[in-house]
Amino acid sequence: MASNTIKIRIQLNGDVATIKALINHPMENGLRKDQKTGELVPAHFIEEVVCSLNGTTILTALWSGSVSKNPYLAFNVQGAKIGDSVTLTWKDNTGDSDSFTTKVAS
Amino acid sequence: MTTANRRNFLRNTLATTLVGIATGSGLLNPREVLAATWPADLFDAKDVHTALSGNEGSASNEVSLKTPDIAENGAVVPVTVESTLTNVESISLLVKDNPRPLSAVFILGPGVQPNISTRLKMSKTSNVIAVVKVGDKRLSTAKEVKVTIGGCGG
Repeated sequence: MASNTIKIRIQLNGDVATIKALINHPMENGLRKDQKTGELVPAHFIEEVVCSLNGTTILTALWSGSVSKNPYLAFNVQGAKIGDSVTLTWKDNTGDSDSFTTKVAS
Repeated sequence: MTTANRRNFLRNTLATTLVGIATGSGLLNPREVLAATWPADLFDAKDVHTALSGNEGSASNEVSLKTPDIAENGAVVPVTVESTLTNVESISLLVKDNPRPLSAVFILGPGVQPNISTRLKMSKTSNVIAVVKVGDKRLSTAKEVKVTIGGCGG
C-alpha cells in the first residue's frame, strides 16, 4: 500500500475552510508511450478521491487519466471550525489506495 | 455476454467486495460509496456529447472558468471553476479535443462551495468546458486554452 502520498493544507477564514491537497501519483492515462521502449505505459491513475469533514463526505472527485501527474485539488467548505478532522482518501484503477486525516488548525 | 457486460459485472463484483471490506472496518458509509461509482462509459467516451450522456447543458455566465490563455506545458494546466449558483450538485470538467474529453467530475457535498481548482492535461489547443449540474439543469461554460507543448506525451 502506498503511504505518505497525500499532503493537505487547510486555511480557515471565518467558518469557511480552504482545503488544498496534493497527491503523489503518476496519473498515467494509458496513451503515453515509453520513450525508450516505444511501448505504451499502462494506465495507472486515481479514479476516486473522497474528502470528508468529521466523517461526512463533503467532496467526491471522480478522475480520469487526464488529470495532471501529482494531482492538485483545492476547494472551499463552509461550516468548518478549529479541531474538525478532514480526511482525504484516494483509490486508483489498480486498486491501490491511501488515506490521510488531519485537523483544522487556524 | 458482451465484453461491456462482462466488464461491468467484474467491476461491480469487485466494487461490492471492496465496499464490504470498507464497511466492515467502519471506514466508509455504504450509501456514500454507492453514490459515486466510477462511470467508465462516460470517462471512456471519445467525444464531448457522449461524455455528458447526450446532455451538454446550456451556456451560462453564472459559471466561470479560470485558465491560462496560453499554457506552455499541456501536462499541467491549472483550471478553476467558479459558480454563483447555489445548490450545485456536481461539476464536470472536460477538455474538448483530448482523446477522452471527460477529465474530472466533482460531486459536492454539504457546505462545499462551487469553487474548485485542479490541474489538467491537454493534448493540444482546445476548449476547456465546465458543466455545472443544479437540480435537473445543466449549465456550462467553455474557454479556449492554447497549448504550445502537448501533455499526452508520445
